[in-house]
Amino acid sequence: MKINKFLTTAAATLGLALSPLAMADEYRIALVVKSLGNGFFEAAYEGAQEAAAELGNVEVIYTGPTSTTAEGQIEVITSLIAQNVDAIAVSANDADALVPILRRAQQRGIEVISWDSGVAVEGRSIHLSPSNDQLIGEMNITLAAQSLRQTGAESGQFAIMSATPTSTNQNIWIEEMEKVLPNFPELELVDIVYGDDLADKSYRETQALLSNYPDLKVIVAPTTVGFLAAAQAVRDEGRIGEVYVTGLGLPSELAGHVDAGTVHSFAIWNPIDLGYAATHIAYDLLNGSATNEEVSMGRLGTGRVDHEGNVAMAEPFIYDASNVHDFADIF
Amino acid sequence: MNSIVEFLKRREVLLGIVVLCMIAIIGSINPNFLQIRNLISVYNDTSILIILALGQMLVILTRCIDLSVAANLALTGMVVGLLNAAFPGFPVEGLIVLAVLMGACLGAINGAFVWLLGVPAIVVTLGTMSIYRGSIFLLSGGDWVNAHQMSPAFLAIPRQLFLGVPVLSWMSLIVIALMVYITRFRPFGRQFFAAGGNPRAAFYTGINVGFVQFRAFVISGALAGLCGYLWVSRYAVAYTEVANGFELQVVAACVIGGISIMGGVGTVAGAFLGALFLGIISNSLSIIGVSQFWQMAISGAVIIIAVIANSRSEKKPGRIILREAVAADAIDESARGDTRPATGQ
Repeated sequence: MKINKFLTTAAATLGLALSPLAMADEYRIALVVKSLGNGFFEAAYEGAQEAAAELGNVEVIYTGPTSTTAEGQIEVITSLIAQNVDAIAVSANDADALVPILRRAQQRGIEVISWDSGVAVEGRSIHLSPSNDQLIGEMNITLAAQSLRQTGAESGQFAIMSATPTSTNQNIWIEEMEKVLPNFPELELVDIVYGDDLADKSYRETQALLSNYPDLKVIVAPTTVGFLAAAQAVRDEGRIGEVYVTGLGLPSELAGHVDAGTVHSFAIWNPIDLGYAATHIAYDLLNGSATNEEVSMGRLGTGRVDHEGNVAMAEPFIYDASNVHDFADIF
Repeated sequence: MNSIVEFLKRREVLLGIVVLCMIAIIGSINPNFLQIRNLISVYNDTSILIILALGQMLVILTRCIDLSVAANLALTGMVVGLLNAAFPGFPVEGLIVLAVLMGACLGAINGAFVWLLGVPAIVVTLGTMSIYRGSIFLLSGGDWVNAHQMSPAFLAIPRQLFLGVPVLSWMSLIVIALMVYITRFRPFGRQFFAAGGNPRAAFYTGINVGFVQFRAFVISGALAGLCGYLWVSRYAVAYTEVANGFELQVVAACVIGGISIMGGVGTVAGAFLGALFLGIISNSLSIIGVSQFWQMAISGAVIIIAVIANSRSEKKPGRIILREAVAADAIDESARGDTRPATGQ
């Protein structure tokens, strides 16, 4: 036990002593994403690079597992600790599973923040929410009401298509959606299904929704894979105009469905800004200029830190036929 | 009477009965399930799994396994998706041929390692699975190919209706027919059974076992390539994680269908019904309102039951060393007044 502690301390001291020597005054900030090959995170990386270019002495390491598992992220983080990076900014696949490894990182003097999908308070100093969870929940329901009006119906049924049942942010948003639902008496929530962020499963779940609820008017999907699959299924079933799909998605992925009429409007915060802000916050922490109340988010202004270390970036932005093509080229 | 019992004991017949019972039970809970439209849609949804399971069957028959099918599918899907996005004018038929050829090449890489270097198939395909998956990321730079980037013709083919059934389903039916023909009537197809059932005996009859395994991988790869196009077109999106983990469902379909992991035993009907079984489970449980967590548990339980059934039916009572003596005994017995005609079955 004692030896163990000694070794840890020694390693930490060594790490602290070596890092300024090894990389002069350059900060290495690792952006750990849920999985590689996801357009959303690619866009966040773009923003992180923008922030790095602004700050000058920052190197961004973009990494993540190839599939959306906590195990994969633990492996990635282990190797980042071995590389002795200065800060880790992670979008977590599991809020709790990452805590032990992130605590180890913190013990080695690495600044840990989470962004997009959060880590439990014990495992990080700051969590950057893309937006306020409450605002996102409200936004989704507002969008559902908008889509419902498009069908011409006064009131009607809607269903939620989520990702995996254990996804932290999805569950919080669904909770928030249910909270604001009483303010929208025209909307009746009939089912919540899980597409696991797999195209085929989401597609199948949508087909089941359409067959189980013939009067279904709207499907709300706060996840991009589920959103696309649901829109495609509605299109293939020939229900365009009767059933609208809405939720959170990327303009580049949804432009086609907006044109086809399966999607009337949807929302997303800007993932570029999210990566940008996460990098700025990590830099601010490394620099020692962050306080318990405020952190800098570069061109996005300062973020207010609440008692649990949460920072909210901005409220989601609505895209529809009028603006989707302008943004489709960006992300 | 005896022959009826024998008939009922056959894996394919049993599985067929189970599938029919399942459809009946689901139909009694939710009559919508039995609508022809819905049944066609369930079959259509299972088509890709059926095609892949038939390719996998050939590989498993030769005592190998192909874990790279889903990654192969995703890579060829991404390549045809990117090509279509870049050259929308290129005829889709050409892209389909390209997908099949590319899939076959990827399969040939697996096969070559197994045949020429003698590396165990599970190791080779585990490696190529990661390589293919990684290549998608390298090719696409992590970007998605989305519906509006694909040409209308590219998206239309699997959805076109012929006699009320989508082309995707017809493709699987054609593959089934081809497989039945090959595995039953062509020496080329029989060799898969020979090479897996008893490699040594196959060698002595002049069959190049390694080459047969190579061919199985090429066919499995070609079918995966075909499915790559079908998948990307059907779901109108190509990204790195397309069909992630699907190889396990493909292997599961084969195991449930009675294809012996020990090689040499299996039928097209078995693989087909195994895939159909999984397809019905994943399509029906959400329709009758059973939690999706049960879906995994049920699939898992069925796989274990199938493996137990497989191993029990393969267990031999003991080895017969002197076949001639046994045969002579049998002749004696029949001479002693067994009146059953020898060809009566």
